[in-house]
Amino acid sequence: MPFKNIVKSILLICTVVLAFNTSFANGGKEEDKSAFIMHHIKDAHEWHIMGETSVYLPVILFDGGMKVFSSKSLYDGEVKTATNKEGEVLDFDYVANTKLGYGMFHEKIYKLNNEGNLIFHGEHPENAKPMDFSITKNTLSLFFGAIIILILTLTAAKFYKKNGAVAPKGLAKFIEPLVVFVRDDVAKPYIHGGKHTKYLPYLLTIFFFIFINNLLGLVPILPGGANLTGNISVTLVLAVLTLLITVISGNKNYWGHIFATPGVPKALLIIMVPIEIVGVFTKPFALMIRLFANMAAGHIIVLALISIIFVNQSAAWGFLSVPMALFISVLELLVAFLQAYLFAMLSALFIGAAVEEAHH
Amino acid sequence: MDLITPDLGLMFWTGLVFLLLMFVLTKFVWKPILAAVNSREQSITASLELAEKTMSEMKALQAQNEDLLKEARAERDSIVKDAREIATKMVDDSKNTAKVEAEKIINSAREAVNNEKTAALAEIKTQIAILSIEIAEKVVKGELSSADKQKALSEKLAADFNLN
Repeated sequence: MPFKNIVKSILLICTVVLAFNTSFANGGKEEDKSAFIMHHIKDAHEWHIMGETSVYLPVILFDGGMKVFSSKSLYDGEVKTATNKEGEVLDFDYVANTKLGYGMFHEKIYKLNNEGNLIFHGEHPENAKPMDFSITKNTLSLFFGAIIILILTLTAAKFYKKNGAVAPKGLAKFIEPLVVFVRDDVAKPYIHGGKHTKYLPYLLTIFFFIFINNLLGLVPILPGGANLTGNISVTLVLAVLTLLITVISGNKNYWGHIFATPGVPKALLIIMVPIEIVGVFTKPFALMIRLFANMAAGHIIVLALISIIFVNQSAAWGFLSVPMALFISVLELLVAFLQAYLFAMLSALFIGAAVEEAHH
Repeated sequence: MDLITPDLGLMFWTGLVFLLLMFVLTKFVWKPILAAVNSREQSITASLELAEKTMSEMKALQAQNEDLLKEARAERDSIVKDAREIATKMVDDSKNTAKVEAEKIINSAREAVNNEKTAALAEIKTQIAILSIEIAEKVVKGELSSADKQKALSEKLAADFNLN
């Protein structure tokens, strides 16, 4: 019974996933769970494995020359209490390494002032920020994701090189339907006139990039567990790429619709043109927000459900929160695919609109 | 607010990794896979078309075969019918010929018998006539052997004439 086996393996995976999620949440009893969750959602300079064990990642700064050091020297630096400009003592801490001249607050690196301190204004330091190109948790996850995509797809491609155009077997059997899906259900229906082949590599790459990284985000142990696709920087870059492709490949017809919408009285164009121009940007903006919010929300819900156990300090709550977290985790598997599909599909839609030939 | 503030470093790495990935995948993965899928789809379409064509051809051939078979069957039937007719005719003809021949033979036989019979009867008649004449001669010889007898006879004959 292969189906039964599949169900069994899924359940096993989910159990492991939840067990590790639980180990993540197992912080101090008095710890503020929302801070813990926000910490997970955001990027970090270390990769927390379990308990007190972390992998410290390299910090790369451009601050009058490139500076590379381990983030351990910041995490293990001097813990200082935050103070503001007036010298008032605030009720939170930051870490500082006076030897390097950098301090870190909420995973952001700042330059220490001459006294070796960070000066806070409200909740944020006023100090200058060096250009931070560190290999953070998300960057590393990005590399892992890229490696996994390369292994999967190159193995599949090797099959065709070896066997020619025969029925797929092995990994090719998994990759091919996705490729054909993107071609037939994402690219072809929205980019007309045979132009889809030109944009297919981008759409395929963006689909696999988001799909694999979404799935990787659901795996709580190394190499997964980072919240890469739920990070605004990542979704911003992807959305900007779609915007660039749309704008660059926009034809006369597309720009004509924006700057001189046919069939609209001249007087109305004063209102229409700004709206159309804003529309060019809101479309990829929505792409950015949709992916970011969906993936971040998924992570937040699973962690919040697990945190119920620790907030109430009773394992009995596990009977409620574990099935719920399991349900959400399974739902996230669907969302991982759905968001990848939506991003690729809407990108195809925008590109399709930009290259559409006039047919009046 | 940190959550929705893009981070320059991560943006840089994402852009770099994504573009490299797109380059490598386009060159080494998407193109070969899509080429393989396309060529396979084309060969499947061609095969299907060929199969359909072959099927229609086969159907035409089958119809042709059936026609041929029908024709052959009709021909066979007509041949058999002709043969039967000829056979019947031949039998009838030979029967008739035989009958005519037999009648002829019977008639000639009958004729021959009649002729023989007539000949025999004629012979017999001749013989009888000869015998009768011989007998009559002998009788006459006996009657006329003596003068007495000649006299008696003449008398008797004279008597007979008288009677008449």
